[in-house]
Amino acid sequence: MPFGLLKYGFRKRYPAGPDLSWPSDLKSHYDVIIIGGGGHGLAIAYHLAKHWGIRDVCVVEKGYIGGGNTARNTMVIRSNYITPQSVRFYKAAVDLFGTLSGELGINLMYSQRGQLTLAHSDATIRTFRLRAETGKFCGTRIEMVDRAQIREIVPSLHMPEDARYPILGGLWHEDGGTARHDALAWGYAARAQRLGVEVHQRTEVTGIQIEKGRATGVETTRGAIGAGQVVQAVSGLSSVVAKMAGIVLPIRTYPLQAMVTQPLKPFLDPLVSSAGLHVYVSQTARGELVIGGGSDPYELYAARPTLEIKEGLAMHLLELFPFLSNVRILRQWAGITDITPDYSPIMGKSPVENYWLDAGWGTYGFKATPASGKYMAQAIATGTVPEIIAPFGLDRFATMDLINEMGATAASH
Amino acid sequence: MTGASARGGANRIAGGSQVDYGKPLGFEFEGRRYEGLAGDSIASALAANGVWLLSRSFKYHRPRGVLTMAGHDGNTLVRVGNEPNVRADRHPISEGLAVKGQNYRGSLEKDRDAWLGRVSRFLPVGFYYRAFYKPKWAWQRLWEPWFRKSAGLGEADLAAAHGYFDKAFGHYDVAVIGGGPAGMSAAAFAAKAGANVVLIGESPVLGGALNYARFDVERAGAAKTRGELAADLEKSPNLTIMTYAACTGWFADNWLSVVRGERLHKIRAREVILATGAVGQPAQFRNNDLPGIMLGSAAQRLIRLYGVRPGRTAVVVTANDDGYGAALDLLDAGVTVAALVDLRPESGTAPCEDAVRERGLTVFNGYGVSEAVPVRGNRHVSGVRIAKIGERGAVGDGGQTIPCDLLCVCNGGMPAYQLALQAGGRLGYDDGRSVFSITGLGGHLHLAGAVNGALSLEAALADGRRAAWRAVQALGIGGVTEPVALADPTVQRMRPHPIATHPRGMDFVDFDEDLQVKDILNAVAEGYNEVELVKRFSTVGMGPSQGRHSALPTARLVARATGRTVGEVGVTTARPPVSGEKLGVLAGRGFEPERHTAMHHRHLEAGAQMMTAGLWWRPAFYGPRARRADAIREEIAAVRENVGMIDVSTLGGLDIRGPGAAEFMNRIYTFAYVKQQVGRARYVLMTNEAGAIIDDGIACRLSEDHYYVTATTGGVDRVYLMMLWWNAQWRLDVDITNVTAAYAAVNVAGPQSRALLAPLTEGIDLSGEAFPYMGVREGLLAGIPARIFRVGFVGELGFEVHVPTSMGEALWDAVTGAGTEFGLRPFGVEAQRVLRLEKGHIIVGQDTDAMTTPEEADMTWAIAKRKPFFVGKRSIEMRGRRLSKRKLVGFTLDADGPLPEESNLVLRRGEIVGFVTSVARSAALAKTIGLAYTARDASEPGAAIRIRLSSGGDVNGVVVAPHFYDPENKRQEM
Repeated sequence: MPFGLLKYGFRKRYPAGPDLSWPSDLKSHYDVIIIGGGGHGLAIAYHLAKHWGIRDVCVVEKGYIGGGNTARNTMVIRSNYITPQSVRFYKAAVDLFGTLSGELGINLMYSQRGQLTLAHSDATIRTFRLRAETGKFCGTRIEMVDRAQIREIVPSLHMPEDARYPILGGLWHEDGGTARHDALAWGYAARAQRLGVEVHQRTEVTGIQIEKGRATGVETTRGAIGAGQVVQAVSGLSSVVAKMAGIVLPIRTYPLQAMVTQPLKPFLDPLVSSAGLHVYVSQTARGELVIGGGSDPYELYAARPTLEIKEGLAMHLLELFPFLSNVRILRQWAGITDITPDYSPIMGKSPVENYWLDAGWGTYGFKATPASGKYMAQAIATGTVPEIIAPFGLDRFATMDLINEMGATAASH
Repeated sequence: MTGASARGGANRIAGGSQVDYGKPLGFEFEGRRYEGLAGDSIASALAANGVWLLSRSFKYHRPRGVLTMAGHDGNTLVRVGNEPNVRADRHPISEGLAVKGQNYRGSLEKDRDAWLGRVSRFLPVGFYYRAFYKPKWAWQRLWEPWFRKSAGLGEADLAAAHGYFDKAFGHYDVAVIGGGPAGMSAAAFAAKAGANVVLIGESPVLGGALNYARFDVERAGAAKTRGELAADLEKSPNLTIMTYAACTGWFADNWLSVVRGERLHKIRAREVILATGAVGQPAQFRNNDLPGIMLGSAAQRLIRLYGVRPGRTAVVVTANDDGYGAALDLLDAGVTVAALVDLRPESGTAPCEDAVRERGLTVFNGYGVSEAVPVRGNRHVSGVRIAKIGERGAVGDGGQTIPCDLLCVCNGGMPAYQLALQAGGRLGYDDGRSVFSITGLGGHLHLAGAVNGALSLEAALADGRRAAWRAVQALGIGGVTEPVALADPTVQRMRPHPIATHPRGMDFVDFDEDLQVKDILNAVAEGYNEVELVKRFSTVGMGPSQGRHSALPTARLVARATGRTVGEVGVTTARPPVSGEKLGVLAGRGFEPERHTAMHHRHLEAGAQMMTAGLWWRPAFYGPRARRADAIREEIAAVRENVGMIDVSTLGGLDIRGPGAAEFMNRIYTFAYVKQQVGRARYVLMTNEAGAIIDDGIACRLSEDHYYVTATTGGVDRVYLMMLWWNAQWRLDVDITNVTAAYAAVNVAGPQSRALLAPLTEGIDLSGEAFPYMGVREGLLAGIPARIFRVGFVGELGFEVHVPTSMGEALWDAVTGAGTEFGLRPFGVEAQRVLRLEKGHIIVGQDTDAMTTPEEADMTWAIAKRKPFFVGKRSIEMRGRRLSKRKLVGFTLDADGPLPEESNLVLRRGEIVGFVTSVARSAALAKTIGLAYTARDASEPGAAIRIRLSSGGDVNGVVVAPHFYDPENKRQEM
């Protein structure tokens, strides 16, 4: 038993930290207002306070912290993207995850059990090789694997030669892993709060105050607040909030669904995904199988689950693991994903001065949290966008310097 | 009805309505054989045999037994055969059924992990967040493996076969969910009014509480009411009854998932009536999880449904009148009732209450349970400590202990709100009166019965009729008299059991997750002050019972700790499914279509190795796998030297017809089509709004207003959808039809192709003068009506022949027969890839990615610049003003050097500037040739190109124009 727990057993009263503390009143002005108390917003707040000495920061959250896509993602962390820009950025996130539990003082249960992606067509093999080669070049642990190696990595995988979608090969990403998504938000919130950052739940932003092309504050359901800088980090509502600032983002918004089974004794260590079958699965430390797939086929802002997606996920999962047919689904849910034309996020400056964008996170927001938090904070604090996130600026859609990640995201979250 | 029956277990008594006393069945639990009766659930049969310990809890491995007998709890999860997590109180026994307990080490009786309960104080709420992460390797290498070993409940049998599951569809005017009195009354009313109704009940028989609860002293009313309702239902011809069927989800527009056995029924109903009832709530006190402690309704279900005596000596604790009925039932079943503990301070006037007192029972008014006393090892309850409820509403200290082996808890119910909340309803709570309400439901959804707060039998029946009437009104069925509302039904006096915190804990709020009162309070103390945060931090409500029993006490505790009301705190989001759905049931039979071309069997006969192409199967090459390289080389040689034939039926076919056809073509593709001559083919290139290439093919103008257009095998379905999508806005006068499946096609290519085909054609002159390159002709080929295009994808003289699919095999046979003397060989996709690469023709999707512009791919020749509009034009112009950093080029390498693979990186000055998209050794050119993206400033012919091999080494080549073979196109145009 680790010593950290002894105090809970030996003290008479429960020694509450507490982890989180909530100010009651909003001030009239902050140096920085961050719209959105999800992982990204809280990570930016933490980095501003911790590394840049900017502590007069207010995070406004319309519901409860980490309650949006931070709560709804399937916890996958990986850096096996196609373009070097993306691989470098997500690798930075993976590296930060490695030491984050210690830094935040909360066990994020970060575990690199590896991600295996399966190819059922030679077109997918080509994409995988590109991801493998780009990844190797950028220093990540990634390689192409053949059927024999796949069998070794996931012995329980069903791999008949005459399958409808035969498994031709795979992409083995040893750096791939998972972490507890909620804890990430709590950890950042707790540390940021201790450094003086205010987090206000149940406070919804209803407008952005702009004077002479410059953001000066926000209007909320609890009144107006002035700010030196305003940051939006509202995955799923990126285009809606940006519109309040008069910014049109090139984003289409789709629901993305996932589901979880009852807990089972663990039999599956790595994450397994199949782009061709639109399904991926991992088993949590609790023993539940977390199952997800591709986005819904139509645009929608509502996070409502559908029966059809659930049926499709089940059907395709059983192609890979037919012995699970008697295992029961316990919960099904949906998140809302903001998809850009090149399937890469938007980070950095906006056409409105002092208004910063952390948007368009599609299906890859959670895994990016520590890196976007770190580098967005640097950008806001210094006024200069760091090189690693510079390619992800909104202006790339005008210059067509796109970062093509279509094909690295479908059903591989 | 006392007196043990000889068969079906020592605790068996007469009067069980669902068991067949004449049909004993033998089954196994934990390797021991027991006898139950037909109609028994696993749990009832075990209870009849005195086996109460069914499972071990998730975290502390506490013994757990029957709690609800309604399938509502996670205590009864067992393993049946290879199926984990089966609800023992729902699953029927059968002869020879093999049942095992779950989540123990050693035996269910003596679990070696039971020590975990004794160290629970070192495992505070969310303890796994507090430690185990230092040093940074510790979690993954040391602790996680240990956690994973102890995680999980059931075990998946990795050898289990995929069973048979299927699906059914149902369409009804009204779906009534809930087979209890309210649901029966609603269904009968709606059916009588003429609606087509389905009644969905979870239990094997309809009736709900009518089957087990006691509504009056004589126990006569329930049976009578049930009989009347059943008779009403029987009279309805337009009524479908589904029993033993669980409605697991409500989806948009009244789309219901109903699981019945191994079948998923997908039901659409114009009106839905939710008569889902209420879920009995356990009470919180120390050791409230011991086997032998169950809901009063669970004891009544055991007695009335299964004829099982639930104990010998009972204590009943009750928050309302229900406990009195339960006490009478216990007495009737031969159980000694040691005490009735009524939480309410004053006695009431309910008829059962008088009967209980008349039969001499001791009633403790204003008392609550402070603690249950276990037998050794916590395997059963041995007594209950009760004490007066103090002024502040808490169970006091002291009090007295009453020995018993059964504690029945009647603590009121919570509406079974899951479906209503999935449908957008909100749950409200009146803290003062302890009454729930559900509001905010959209149209076409109606509540009836206990879920709607109509708790008494009369109220539930009336509410069912009212809901049905509203549904019938919404259906537009006239002439139905509005049923009378029950005049102000008296709200039952109710005082929920106080949450009795115990310094030594084990006062469980969530049985599934082993969460105690202090865990919830401590989570709030840590700052997790919203119920959703509490849930996520503590995992309360995340277990198999989905918060049915933990939501209310959690809300009460959070309310207490944050100074809010229970109504303000609320419950967490209700997500489908209401109860666990097997993956197999959701998957059904699994319908994965495959597409075969008309020549499929000929390919197999010719020894083709098939590969997938979307849904299609296509020949990769012909011959044994071991001869792959040789086979491909021979196929290529045949095309270059003689003649070859490839099945191209999988190419998409799109018919564009109508006066607007030419204009439509002009808008959807980049080239110009208005002036295209009838009888000519023209290349088509499609870009998206970002100006990226997304498809290509050939457009044949068959008449002024009729184009037949090919699309890529993988792209046609998307192209077709895009065409429809765009024309929905343009509204041009065209019909767009995807005719891919209507045509079979072959490409006959090679210097001998004309000689081969000429004798077969009728009415078509194949000579170069009469039928020029990119010409289109219609006529007969081997007697088959055919469209023939002169195209040159592989760079030789060639003819693409399209015929009706039904005649595809005949076409193949005719050409094959005629081709023998010319050395005709069938060739597959692999040979075609090399052949077209030698010509420098791109494959969309292989040589292009989602961003490739026509300019990057050197295809600006396919863009009509003077057209006012085509999809992607604006972006292409923008991108033309500011060229990208990369360019698609041809390259060559020494033939004897290493062969790169497709997707190998192109490097320049230590940076990635592109990648190889196609590469092959060309026998015709005696070189390795390929296409690759490279830096624009190194894309001129003659520039060096450096390719990083998969092995890590580099190979250097030279950029060349991509028209490697026959650059003047003499061969294809001869």
